[in-house]
Amino acid sequence: MTTNPTLPRNDGMPLDLDWVMAVQANTSAIERRAASLPGRRSVKKDYQAAWLCKAISLMDLTTLSGDDSAGRVRRLCAKARQPVRADILHALGMEGLTTGAICVYHDMVATAVNALDGSGIPVAAVSTGFPAGLSPFHLRIAEIGESVAAGAQEIDIVISRRHVLTGNWQALYDEMQQMRAACGDAHVKAILATGELGTLRNIARASLVCMMAGADFIKTSTGKEPVNATLPVTLTMIRAIRDYHDRTGIKIGYKPAGGISKAKDALVYLAMIKDELGDRWLQPDLFRFGASSLLGDIERQLDHHVTGAYSAQWRHAIG
Amino acid sequence: MNIKDIFTTMEYGPAPESNAEALAWIADHGGIAGHFINGKWATKRDDFATNNPATGEKLAGVTKGTAADVGAAVTAARKAQPAWAKSGHKRARVLYAVARLMQKHARLLAVMESMDNGKPIRESRDIDVPLAIRHFYHHAGYAQLMQDELPEREALGVCGQIIPWNFPLLMLAWKIAPALAMGNTVVLKPAEYTPLTAMVFADICQQAGVPAGVVNIVTGDGETGAALVDAAVDKIAFTGSTEVGRKIRVATAGSGKALSLELGGKSPYIVFDDADIDSAVEGLVDAIWFNQGQVCCAGSRLLVQEGIADRFYTKLKARMDGLRIGDPLDKCIDVGAIVDPVQLEQITAMVSANTEGETYQTTAPDGCFYPPTLITGLSPASHLMQEEIFGPVLVATTFRTPAEAVEIANNTRYGLAASVWSENINLALDIAPKLAAGIVWINGTNMMDAAAGFGGVRESGFGREGGWEGLTGYTKPKGTPKPLKPTPAFTTMDGTPADPLDRTVKLYIGGKQARPDGGYSKAVYNPRGKLLGHVSEANRKDLRNAVEAMNAAKGWAKTTGHLRAQILYYIAENLSARSVELAKRIKDLTGTSGSDEIDSTINALFTYAAWADKYDGKIHGVPLRGVALAMHEPVGNMAVFCADETPLLGLITPMAAAISMGNRVTLVASEPFPLLVAEVYQILETSDLPGGVVNILTGDHKDLASHAAKHHDIDAVWSFSGADISAVIEKASASNLKRTWVNNGRAITPSARDYLAAATEVKNIWIPYGE
Repeated sequence: MTTNPTLPRNDGMPLDLDWVMAVQANTSAIERRAASLPGRRSVKKDYQAAWLCKAISLMDLTTLSGDDSAGRVRRLCAKARQPVRADILHALGMEGLTTGAICVYHDMVATAVNALDGSGIPVAAVSTGFPAGLSPFHLRIAEIGESVAAGAQEIDIVISRRHVLTGNWQALYDEMQQMRAACGDAHVKAILATGELGTLRNIARASLVCMMAGADFIKTSTGKEPVNATLPVTLTMIRAIRDYHDRTGIKIGYKPAGGISKAKDALVYLAMIKDELGDRWLQPDLFRFGASSLLGDIERQLDHHVTGAYSAQWRHAIG
Repeated sequence: MNIKDIFTTMEYGPAPESNAEALAWIADHGGIAGHFINGKWATKRDDFATNNPATGEKLAGVTKGTAADVGAAVTAARKAQPAWAKSGHKRARVLYAVARLMQKHARLLAVMESMDNGKPIRESRDIDVPLAIRHFYHHAGYAQLMQDELPEREALGVCGQIIPWNFPLLMLAWKIAPALAMGNTVVLKPAEYTPLTAMVFADICQQAGVPAGVVNIVTGDGETGAALVDAAVDKIAFTGSTEVGRKIRVATAGSGKALSLELGGKSPYIVFDDADIDSAVEGLVDAIWFNQGQVCCAGSRLLVQEGIADRFYTKLKARMDGLRIGDPLDKCIDVGAIVDPVQLEQITAMVSANTEGETYQTTAPDGCFYPPTLITGLSPASHLMQEEIFGPVLVATTFRTPAEAVEIANNTRYGLAASVWSENINLALDIAPKLAAGIVWINGTNMMDAAAGFGGVRESGFGREGGWEGLTGYTKPKGTPKPLKPTPAFTTMDGTPADPLDRTVKLYIGGKQARPDGGYSKAVYNPRGKLLGHVSEANRKDLRNAVEAMNAAKGWAKTTGHLRAQILYYIAENLSARSVELAKRIKDLTGTSGSDEIDSTINALFTYAAWADKYDGKIHGVPLRGVALAMHEPVGNMAVFCADETPLLGLITPMAAAISMGNRVTLVASEPFPLLVAEVYQILETSDLPGGVVNILTGDHKDLASHAAKHHDIDAVWSFSGADISAVIEKASASNLKRTWVNNGRAITPSARDYLAAATEVKNIWIPYGE
């Protein structure tokens, strides 16, 4: 549903270790900014409804479970096409609203592509031995190719955390570059698994290296780590995106994933993106929420906006 | 705009906080802010208006307090004080109740503050009000602990408190909470622009069961404040401009009133090239665009390492573009209204007059608003780098090395706060102690808490508010010292020499004996009128030379406490070796046996030698992942007018206290009995004391007192003299707002801790940590 002109893709750049090593991230200061932001920004009434609709349009509606089946995925795809009850969308004047994408495992890609046929909603596949990323490297690369062949337009790869933890930036760069190449025309989101990188400084440096190696998006988490998307991590990563844009002119997308389940949290994320990166980043080609239960909370809020009554979960279709 | 449009523009839209309840509260209270005296509202008069600066509308009338109103409040406070001082536990219960009630009325207080002052509701709601509440909770604890932890100290009595308009409720809390905790009663004058939250607070005092007369509030303007300064109070606590602070220093000189001043600043914000640049940029939002820059400790002077300056400025400008300025009651606003058109005019005039550097400004709505402003490319010589603007205006320059950063940072009359941004712990912790400031924030800014002292050095004032160190300003040693009987010099009867060998004592400056600049000497006689010898008559030029010598000896401050202890012990040892001779000298001069005085003197030297490496600072329990280090630092260059009656003990005790903490000192010896200074400086010379650390002058106390107090390079003046110089010193000290400690004609007997507290400044260094 984006009306923005297509952005130039990130072709990456040679690994600039001087830049990487100069990156700093002061945890306390970043936490202070993250803690004060929700109190600094507030959207009310129609603005809030519009922002919540925006959050839906930026959502990678996700199922990543061992018990996923074709039926389950088709149900989710139906929800992606009609994320909010039709009468509510009508009242809001937001008919035609869909989620940003569907995000599934490789085996579900074909099912999802079929289910979404004609909707314009892209399918994203998690890949490269998701979530740990420790399967043989050639298989990880091959997995990307298979998912692209099955119709995935976006590939969410996982990086090798050990390269970050041991400071082997060259290895991280090389790996990312090969994964990007394997994606071909599909856009690649680099999952940093920030909950396993130890420090915000590592997160900032890993973000930068992945962008240098050609990532289209950087993404926080698999959703399987003990800590997933947080505001301090988000601030660290989007500042790296801003830096990369300042120096190269290339806009990289951001996807926080895991742990964002409340409408209110989504608004805070959007405000942070707006304030730190600017309005252009509030489009699906540059921002996605990786979420599964967030949609339900947003639906209830929108119902309340339209009717003035607090809603119940069972009044909205499940995905 | 409909939802679909907003979906495209993604604007924030209005997010107003209702002011209905606050307006109703004002209406319920007669639409006038007036005096709260002896637990009751006094008759209110609509003498002038307090306006909402964001709209220009009148919020309420204000009663202008007269000298009679102030007098009535002081009388009520005086009457209530003895009972209030009796039980710390009872005070703790009342302060706790105040804190609880403030919490219950938190939103009313926040909205009222934003309406009256123009600050964004985000700040009053998330910062001002919670901090004010925290102050009362925290100080309830000090009330509870006073008896056990401060057994030697008692309340001052009635405190007059004058607060500014930039943080009306928070400054009220900073003033009232410690005063009440220590058993004082108060008369507080809110600022003329912002009296409203003090009204709500008075209401809360009634509900909390604060006894009548313990808290009195008198509204008004500068004249009301002047009346309070002149009233029969025991202390004036003032927060406001350096200009008014100076006037109060002059007005209270010699009155015996205690004084604390928290004044202006031009605090440096230093960014090293290894800092987290984005966080340092964000920090500036909290430093200079917090409360529209109307913050005494605002990081208003940006010093950036040259190599990163361009990139830093680019990022900073982008961040400034994102600041939202407008209606203070909108929950989505970063920068609100300037408190009054008068202030707006002042800011505008200062910035317009500047012709240097490059100015970058965002936009501001019409009305009493000023746009966030950055002026780069200035130098320390630029007017705007030196003068406090007190608005959302940041001035910037660059530096090359850490040493240069310190040099530029300290190139100011002020010394309130400083921020240091670096990821290198060695660098940050090396710079912090070198900055002339009462507060240093590492990788942060404007962090404040009730548990940590707040206050400055130089012309930023003196005294601390908050923490254990803040309690000193609201207590005094127990008991009332007796009047000091003058000790006249013996004059000639027959004038024949007691000893045929001529004895002329020179001054001791920079480790050398020096003839007096004026070339005059004064005869000293023994009790029988026989001539004992001559001492030099020091004048202001000798004092100037002594200050130069103290400046050359600044390295003393960096020596270890262990070394200073060793030298003090060595002085004691050498003094002991000459005790017979010194005892005779004291007997000759004073007519009384000197042996007790010598024992006491050696004892004093041992005391301060002992303290030299033991007067530890504190680590404050601030609510932060990190530490606030309260470090003791030497005050600097000191001048001491020594006690007349005990020429050796009176010379050595303040000397030992001063130098044990790393100060340099110029002692003006006992006026009637100066002749033993020669023996003393011979002892100092043989005790490895570096030249210039101690300088000794002899001469007329009255003549030298005003010169010492006026000297801009003397940081503190003490007087234990029998001469009537306390008022002279306090008055003249207003020139650079140096610290003074005078006896006011009383025979004071300070404890070692009193001396050590006067010989040190507390610097709070905030060090957040965490990876």
